[in-house]
Amino acid sequence: MTLLRTQKLSAFYGDFQALFGIDVEVEQDETIAIIGANGAGKTTLLRAIAGALTTAPETVLFDGEPIGHKTPHEIVRLGIAMVPEGRRLFQSLSVEENLLLGTHSGRAGPWNLKRVYELFPRLRELRWLPATSLSGGQQQMAAIGRALMSNPRLLLCDELSLGLAPVVIRDIYQCLGVITREGTTVVLVEQDINRALDASTRFYCLQEGRLALSAPTKDFDRAALTAAYFGM
Amino acid sequence: MQWLNILIQGTLLGGIYALFAIGLSMSFGIMRLVNIAHGDFIVLSGYVALLVIWGTGLSPFLSLLIVVPVMFAVGYALQRGLLNQTLSGGLLPPLLVTFGISIIIQNGLLQGFGAYDHRLQEGAIETASLHFPGGIDVGVYPLLIFAIAVFAIASLQVLFYRTGLGRAFRAVSDDADTAELMGIDNRKLYALALGIAMIFTAIAGVLFGIRTIFDPAAGPIRLILAFEAVIIGGLGSMWGTLIGGMVLGIAQSIGAALDPTWQILAGHLAFLAVLILRPNGLFPRTRD
Repeated sequence: MTLLRTQKLSAFYGDFQALFGIDVEVEQDETIAIIGANGAGKTTLLRAIAGALTTAPETVLFDGEPIGHKTPHEIVRLGIAMVPEGRRLFQSLSVEENLLLGTHSGRAGPWNLKRVYELFPRLRELRWLPATSLSGGQQQMAAIGRALMSNPRLLLCDELSLGLAPVVIRDIYQCLGVITREGTTVVLVEQDINRALDASTRFYCLQEGRLALSAPTKDFDRAALTAAYFGM
Repeated sequence: MQWLNILIQGTLLGGIYALFAIGLSMSFGIMRLVNIAHGDFIVLSGYVALLVIWGTGLSPFLSLLIVVPVMFAVGYALQRGLLNQTLSGGLLPPLLVTFGISIIIQNGLLQGFGAYDHRLQEGAIETASLHFPGGIDVGVYPLLIFAIAVFAIASLQVLFYRTGLGRAFRAVSDDADTAELMGIDNRKLYALALGIAMIFTAIAGVLFGIRTIFDPAAGPIRLILAFEAVIIGGLGSMWGTLIGGMVLGIAQSIGAALDPTWQILAGHLAFLAVLILRPNGLFPRTRD
């Protein structure tokens, strides 16, 4: 079943066009990677899906319903949550308050404080600390936990590995497995191609705001990916 | 002993300035809205109370039962219907719009009530006082206002730090875009924030209307006092706002003791001194 579909999705920052007619499909229970060089439009695509950029209604369909015109908080209520690039935790809130903020959408489901603390035991020990006093990896866990607290059907993860040590990245990607087993579909945006391909079943490669290649991660032509990635 | 008396009277005077400042502090803290019409809303609350009292015969204190919900609704509707549309363009648009609202309120009141001054009459409590050894007299009413100011700020602290709504307010204040991405309806939250700010504005307006006369043009001076209390205390700190009000009140009392014509000037001078010595105020929010 198709959970999310974009059709001829274009997005703009003022007069600057960042996305040109992107068609992406995400099936229920898949993990999709979106890769591409800096400035290819990966983050823009996630922000357009999450409602942070205004687009035409029919260009983003979630569960068959047009959502391109909806505001971010309405989209969270429908079941799309975002782990934003750079984590963006709330600095005057404690770790636990950051997690609880995810409950404002009022969605029921498997995720609650207890389950998030089981997934990230370190966060339970640090729960009273200001969120921004945590290490980068712990902050990333808190950001993922905050998104999970809204019990999303679709989780959008923007650059989970950004600025983190390889061993921390490995831990975080292991947790993604638990999340998908709970029935959450995941879309990963990554610059770390190998990491993204390992964790996903299919990938889309963007180049300068256009879709350059899409293929299953099990079986694809490396040379074609290089060409799509670098535009050569 | 005379100085102790001045200190006490100034502190109590600070209570009403802190009440003036709470609404301003909240709307700036949560939505970076500098509400130029804030003083006029204080005065408007006094006139709404006047209408309630004329219409129902309630006492000023009891009129709050109607004035508070009315002003909450005014704040909610104003934010939802008008001010939310001004917030995406930086600091200037809300400044201009609230400046316009200020002029509309002043002229509307002038049209409706005339230029005469009014006062709300609460009876014996206005002049009651407590006598302490050493010749210190403390007015019951200023003491009551001070206690209400402390209670108001304490309740806001509970709201901000102990409730889900307060958590959302702090998150939106930190990073409005991310809060929206996490499922918070910023526009509704802002409307609630101005509504709650107006609750305290209404209380300040009625309490001060019992203490002092007001007329349609009385808003701007109240705005300045509120501004000064907020800035002296440090932006974003509610307890700082109370201290800011007290500094202002004490400076005015000292000025008045030296020469009655210096009262207002002394408050402004204290404000200038704080601006020069501690531009961020006495207690800028440290949890940043």
